Amino acid sequence: MRWRLEKRQEPSKLLQVLAPVGAVLLTVVLGAIIFTLLGYDGVGAVREIFLTPLITSYKWQDLAVKAAPLIIIAVGLSISYRANVWNIGAEGQYIVGAIAGTGVGILTNSMTGWWIMPLMMLAGMAGGAAYASVPAFLRVRFKVNEILTTLMLSYASVYLLNYLLACPYKSPTSMGQPQTVMFSADQSLPYIIPGTIVQLNAPIAIVVALIAWLVFSRFVFGFQIRVVGTAPHAARYGGFSADRTIWLALLISGALAGFAGVLEAMGPVGRLILQFPANYGFTAIIVAFLGRLHPLGVVLAGLAVAVTAVGGEVAQITIGLPFAAVGIFQAMMLFLLLGSDILVRYRFRSVRHGSVAA
Amino acid sequence: MESSVPQRLELRGITKSFPGVLANDHVSFSVAPGEIHALLGENGAGKSTLVKMIYGIMQPDEGEIRWNGQPVVIANPKAARRLGIGMVFQHFSLFEALTVLENIALGLDMSVPQRELESRIRDIMQAYGLKLEPHRIVSTLSVGERQRIEIVRALLLDPSLLIMDEPTSVLTPQEVEQLFVVLRQLAKEGCSILYISHKLNEIKALCDTATILRGGRLVDTCDPRVETSRSMAEKMIGSSLKTIVKPEGRTFGAEKFVVKGLSMPALGHFDIPLRDISFSVRAGEIFGIAGVAGNGQNALLLALSGEEPVADAAAITIDGEPLGTLDAKSRRLKGLASVPEERNGHAAVPDFSLSDNSVLTARDRRRLAVSGILRPGAARKYTGEVIKAFAVKATGTEATAGSLSGGNLQKYIMGREILQRPGVLVVNQPTWGVDAGAAAAIHQELIDLAAAGSAIVVISQDLDELLSLCDTLAVINEGRLSRSMQVGEADIEEIGLLMGGIHGEGEAVHAVEA
Repeated sequence: MRWRLEKRQEPSKLLQVLAPVGAVLLTVVLGAIIFTLLGYDGVGAVREIFLTPLITSYKWQDLAVKAAPLIIIAVGLSISYRANVWNIGAEGQYIVGAIAGTGVGILTNSMTGWWIMPLMMLAGMAGGAAYASVPAFLRVRFKVNEILTTLMLSYASVYLLNYLLACPYKSPTSMGQPQTVMFSADQSLPYIIPGTIVQLNAPIAIVVALIAWLVFSRFVFGFQIRVVGTAPHAARYGGFSADRTIWLALLISGALAGFAGVLEAMGPVGRLILQFPANYGFTAIIVAFLGRLHPLGVVLAGLAVAVTAVGGEVAQITIGLPFAAVGIFQAMMLFLLLGSDILVRYRFRSVRHGSVAA
Repeated sequence: MESSVPQRLELRGITKSFPGVLANDHVSFSVAPGEIHALLGENGAGKSTLVKMIYGIMQPDEGEIRWNGQPVVIANPKAARRLGIGMVFQHFSLFEALTVLENIALGLDMSVPQRELESRIRDIMQAYGLKLEPHRIVSTLSVGERQRIEIVRALLLDPSLLIMDEPTSVLTPQEVEQLFVVLRQLAKEGCSILYISHKLNEIKALCDTATILRGGRLVDTCDPRVETSRSMAEKMIGSSLKTIVKPEGRTFGAEKFVVKGLSMPALGHFDIPLRDISFSVRAGEIFGIAGVAGNGQNALLLALSGEEPVADAAAITIDGEPLGTLDAKSRRLKGLASVPEERNGHAAVPDFSLSDNSVLTARDRRRLAVSGILRPGAARKYTGEVIKAFAVKATGTEATAGSLSGGNLQKYIMGREILQRPGVLVVNQPTWGVDAGAAAAIHQELIDLAAAGSAIVVISQDLDELLSLCDTLAVINEGRLSRSMQVGEADIEEIGLLMGGIHGEGEAVHAVEA
């Protein structure tokens, strides 16, 4: 008697929905076991990371702050991944988007007017898109794998940020600190719920997801992304250019990552600082997959991952869990999700020895 | 006397099921020593499953296999070969970079010294007139020659039952004749042959007995020499065959679709470049392109459909308008529709609903999308029209393309293109892997579309299909297209030689060309 993976006739619809939920539950169980074995309070860690942010009402605003950039980036990534274009350098596009938007912010710092904020946002999107255009060009022109180029460029972006903060971007009044000026009132996202830290980027994230959902289901462009991703030959037969799709997928995911970056600078951070990169671009990869590459699923997944991030901070303080523990939980979640995805398409069957074809 | 000799192979109540399908339902028949026994049925009738159980690749759920009168369990192909069962598969398993001899040695169950093996191979080739050079590299051989390697490999085991799975689907008419000579000689020496095919005239010419399967069940065992092709076809499909109505004395309009000096470099490593292809199709005419698989048919379809635009705009024209440099979408707007050979993942997206598959190619001509916005209602309506007009068996417009059987999916795809009323339609293998009923329906639709004034190009490896369907015919070989011939005047012998090209039958072709 042994077990064999067998392809299902049709992917199970029920399991498709249950897989992300199951992955999260398994993460909870395995996480508790692993951290207990490591000598921590495993059950307590799980409680603080997964439960405390949900049942503590004053933590909800933290969730909104963390989830907004994750959702905006992950929506762009799910468009890219659906087209089989593997942009894993959203972190770099996020940073360059913030750099571009901040550039406009520095120039307009002493001015006033309603137009400044949209201009900074546009600059952020343009910056992210421009940074993503490098891998797009290399992929289309020279067939260079975009997984490598997007990832490598995300490291380069950190050095670009460091250089700019050390020199041209540095605020004259920063007393030597590598940071830009604080953004003015006309450059900062307004708070939308009085008495909280929830800013305009939270509703913007929802709107971005809704627009993406509409584009996916109602526009030829969304159709094109789906066809190119699932059946490239059929896409060419239908008259969709694979090269153009690669360009669009990278430009859009880059623009949204850049948009998230500039919103983060204009919102929670308020200026550009050395500690600006917060791994949102990498964490959003988990969010995109956990949300089944569906814009509305990404909203839920963004909130779920935000819970672990906020909970991780809680656990650091209350039970002294190292910060890296959050990364372990998030990685486990992605790993288990991808693993459970296999069960959506395949199933285990026991086979007797000897009845297998030689 | 007859009763004292046990049957070579006897199947009793063989049943095999897979998740969702009953592939074989209590099938019983027997093959006598020296008999050429046809196993006849449409795609999906259960022929392959049955044969896989005889060759030990699968085990029956129920039933008994008897070999020379003794019940046996054939655990694996090696056990089958030990009993004396040889098999020549439809798809060969040969290493391109190795020689004929090396390939045969690799396929043997025991190791034989090379010199001894070579002399045994030469003996077999001598005895059966199988022309083959043991030291040639396989990649330089034609499909017919490759099949001979597989036959020699099977004959080395001195089999008393040889299974041939659709052996003629890749051969020229001349190669088919040569194969039949070998098979008849084998049978005369007492080797039984189980011959799997759906080509009725071949079975009539070759076989002593025919067992007909339909939907996994045995329908009839008959003598193909006294049956007509039509009566066997009707048993095979289970209903009476619709006769194709081709209006007599049709007149053709002006030259509509003209291809002139079309060349294209090879797309991939093992692909064939197109070399200076020229032909023209008049309005109302059906133009056939015959040829053995792998001679540039796929590349030609890609070049004509616009999936691979060419540098020379004037190489492809409709009504004089050049469109060689346009992509598939733009060519469709100019009235050029196409259907590639591969249904899943090329002509249709298996994971998408039929409605979405309609959007794939009909979005502009049938306004299923307007200024970039999809119109799902219109897509469903158009898909419904296709399903109705072409009698597609599907659960509805939202059924996934992958859930349809091959024949039904092909009917849907053909319908999707034909209802767009294209001025020019190019199809590759329109009835490949399609049951006879669906094939007849597709042929009729093509004829009707031509009668309405469209120019049609049919690329097919099935010569019988082209001869019954087309008005004009040319042969593609090694990426070159022969001159066009009127189907009424075409000489099968010459077409066969053109299909063989410079491969194998080299001298003969030069004689024709001279």
